[in-house]
Amino acid sequence: MTVALDLARSLSVGAPEVVLAAGACLLLLLGAFRGDRAADGLSWAALLVLALAAVPLIDQPAGTTLAWGGLYVADSFSRYLKLLLYAGSAAAILVAGPTLRRAGIWRFEYPVLILLATLGMGLMVSAHNLLTLYVGLELMSLSSYVLAAFDRDNPRSAEAGLKYFALGALASGLLLYGVSLVYGFVGSTDFVAIARELSLGATRNFGALVGLVFILAGLAFKVSAVPFHMWTPDVYEGAPTPVVAFFATASKVASMGLLVRVTIEAFGGLKPDWQQIIVFMAIASMLLGAVGAIAQTNLKRLLGYSAIANIGFALIGLAAGTADGVAAVLLYMAVYLVMTLGAFLCLLALTDGEGRLHDQLADVAGLARMRPWLAAALATFMLSLAGLPPLFGFMPKLAVFNAAIEANLWGLAILGVLASVIAAYYYLRVVKLMYVDGPADFVPMPHDQGANPLLMVAAATISSPLGYALLGPLSAAGAAAAAALF
Amino acid sequence: MLSVMILLPLAAAALVLALGDAARSRAVAFGTTLVLLAMGILLWLRFDPSTAAFQFTERAELFGGLFSWHLGVDGISLVLILLSVFLMPLCILAGWESVKTRVSGYLAAFLVMESLMIGVFASLDIVLFYIFFEAGLIPMYLIIGIWGGARRIYASYKFFLYTLAGSVLMLLALIWMVREAGTTDIPALMAHDFPVRAQTWLWLAFFASFAVKMPMWPVHTWLPDAHVEAPTAGSMILAGVLLKMGGYGFVRFSLPMFPHASVELMWLVFGLSMVAVVYTSLVALAQADMKKLIAYSSVAHMAFVTGGLFAFNPQGIEGAMVVMLSHGLVSAALFFCVGVVYDRMHTREIARYGGVTDVMPRYAVFFMLFTMASIALPGTSGFVGEFLSLLGMYNASSLLGVVMTTGIILGAGYMLWLYGRVAFGTVTSDEVRAMPDLKPREWAVMLPLAAAVLAIGVWPGPVMAPLKAPVASLAARLAQAEAPQQAVLRPAALQGVAP
Repeated sequence: MTVALDLARSLSVGAPEVVLAAGACLLLLLGAFRGDRAADGLSWAALLVLALAAVPLIDQPAGTTLAWGGLYVADSFSRYLKLLLYAGSAAAILVAGPTLRRAGIWRFEYPVLILLATLGMGLMVSAHNLLTLYVGLELMSLSSYVLAAFDRDNPRSAEAGLKYFALGALASGLLLYGVSLVYGFVGSTDFVAIARELSLGATRNFGALVGLVFILAGLAFKVSAVPFHMWTPDVYEGAPTPVVAFFATASKVASMGLLVRVTIEAFGGLKPDWQQIIVFMAIASMLLGAVGAIAQTNLKRLLGYSAIANIGFALIGLAAGTADGVAAVLLYMAVYLVMTLGAFLCLLALTDGEGRLHDQLADVAGLARMRPWLAAALATFMLSLAGLPPLFGFMPKLAVFNAAIEANLWGLAILGVLASVIAAYYYLRVVKLMYVDGPADFVPMPHDQGANPLLMVAAATISSPLGYALLGPLSAAGAAAAAALF
Repeated sequence: MLSVMILLPLAAAALVLALGDAARSRAVAFGTTLVLLAMGILLWLRFDPSTAAFQFTERAELFGGLFSWHLGVDGISLVLILLSVFLMPLCILAGWESVKTRVSGYLAAFLVMESLMIGVFASLDIVLFYIFFEAGLIPMYLIIGIWGGARRIYASYKFFLYTLAGSVLMLLALIWMVREAGTTDIPALMAHDFPVRAQTWLWLAFFASFAVKMPMWPVHTWLPDAHVEAPTAGSMILAGVLLKMGGYGFVRFSLPMFPHASVELMWLVFGLSMVAVVYTSLVALAQADMKKLIAYSSVAHMAFVTGGLFAFNPQGIEGAMVVMLSHGLVSAALFFCVGVVYDRMHTREIARYGGVTDVMPRYAVFFMLFTMASIALPGTSGFVGEFLSLLGMYNASSLLGVVMTTGIILGAGYMLWLYGRVAFGTVTSDEVRAMPDLKPREWAVMLPLAAAVLAIGVWPGPVMAPLKAPVASLAARLAQAEAPQQAVLRPAALQGVAP
């Protein structure tokens, strides 16, 4: 009887995941019967599933609820991230149709894979146990590998998928090894139990620390923090653009959320130790991302380096390790998701007469004279990603620096602002190409973009100074979510 | 009122972009700047000069309590807002014919600049100030980059990255201050006593930003490049208003918020100001390009501002403010003078000119007037400011006063030499002979500038009246910080200054 009760309760607490899992299976069956003709219908159905999954989230009671025997947690932190994730996934499904159809790869698996990856991400941010963490991460990763190689006849896409898989599998191996070490030294995989054991301050903490290092390495791969960033530019360049938009937004948000939850909730007792690692990763990512992007000639690769640098900035908030810091990370990821999505939407609009995408940096030259609104939108996203006031991208940067100064991490803060100056150079270069330089040979021709223009306008509005109107609710939600971890 | 002054040009910029048509865009932009000028004058008339408190304050909690939309002006910011709204219609007129490509974008950039400049001077919230302060970089980058000269790309990057690098350290200091004082309110921060030891670091971080913006020697090298490559109106607004943001930063932030550090590090500012005045004046003498010469003279004039401000007495600070105002008018006018002949000859090389007096006598008169104002001849606005600031500097340190006075002599040297080579002599080239005299549009720019320069020169009362009260309260706050340290620090400070 109690088992049944517990199951019923767990199903209701984990309702978003249940909806997603059931929805994904159902759509998969439908797709198997109906074939690729159903891709459009399935996309809309997938959006519906995401919306249905968001309903229990919005209704979710306040406070922290454990379910599935403590494997799963529903709190305001997971809720905040899941809402972001669902938005990112929905956008990834919405933007894909027109582009993938033109490329002849609009297959029914796409929305299903996105749903499965989203399910994995939901499990990641709701993980309360190292095993849930691993299961969620693998579900996301395996779906992602397939998505990266979605354009399977294109060698670049296949290469991206293979590279992502090989390196990702290595990272998963490292992570799993770390999990086993932690289990061996602490005796549990439950976050609360780990935190309790570590707070006793026994000497075996050292073993757990070694395990944590491996776990951090595995997670650093997923968020593409230096020194585990190598796959990022290659995968960004090779994978189909809508898929990259998904990796750059939802994937990053989920992995970052997981990283924050593991370090703060389970390993909060080892903060002085992991803080050094995070500080190093933040500095290295910011600097390498900024310097590496300077020499790029491909816009997607450039955005790959931009992702590395931006993750570095987000990690500043985690390095602080305070509630303010976590709130800053959450604000950062929300705004980052919008800006990056917008940048990819602009890329998707760079099509030629035959509908092929052009993603070289030189292709945007003179864009301001040919497509002024598109150029204005891309300039907004670029300057916002650079964190230049008055664009909204400045606010999350301000928040993470605020957290760093609260934690007295002056060296990190100073290197961070200097890296942002270096990074400003390459973002400005895109603006310069569009506004100052003359038109290149490539003349972009508008093609059917589906819902993209609407999404782009929405993203540009949020990234522009008008986004400050959202600052109040966003930071309040972020602060509430961060408070759940402390 | 202030919110309207900030939002109106933004709305006009959007309208201009939407119109896209050059003639109508010009009309809208010019009309908007005139309306703003009228609003600025109204502000001036309704301003109560008897108090140091902020007036016309507005406050709205738009940003979730993290910071607020808080505006207001005291005499210091009022004067600089007046300068901005006065120069802006003239800038629009200056580019009326010479800018032919992408006119609506150009005008929109200037309107956005105007909004941001008013925002900088009117912000009473430190985060809001920072946003306005930094936001100005983007339109200026575009103005130099799109409508500039041959090396515009280099100059625009240099301008952008230099000033950004200076400002980011200020951002960190600002965050620390907000955490320490628990408020983003500028009036509250001005009254807050920060720990003496921390003040030095905060002061240095703010100094990094304002010194670049000002610019002070040795971080002035972006200025000549930016000026030379910017279109005429861009140079006018850059020299006229943007440089003043550095001086405004010192008056609004460095001096009142970190009085102890200001007293302690006064030798640094004095030393840099002295080097700047002598060195950049000598460099100006050696220039072959008219715009570069005026750009270097700007650096020298800005040294009067820093020297006067850090004299810590009312004369010095008031003098520095008037120098800023006067330099804003005079350097804008001089850049316009260069623009006038550049539009005709398409060269800024001094050696290509000569004998302009013969072919353009009316132009030569105006050019002469502004040259004299730059030298600080009595009767022009330059004299009032430089005399007062020198008076203040003599009171603080006679060595400083003596060295800074050489700046006036050297200034007379390079400006007169410039004028002599361009205006006098015999006409040798046919190109010069073919130049027509001033057109009505150019008269419309020259006359208001000349009138303002002369008016401030003979009757500075109306513009100095609003300055009195805030300067007095600032000097009192500095004197308080200076008093206990006077015995120990003053002599040391002066030794540090000695070459």
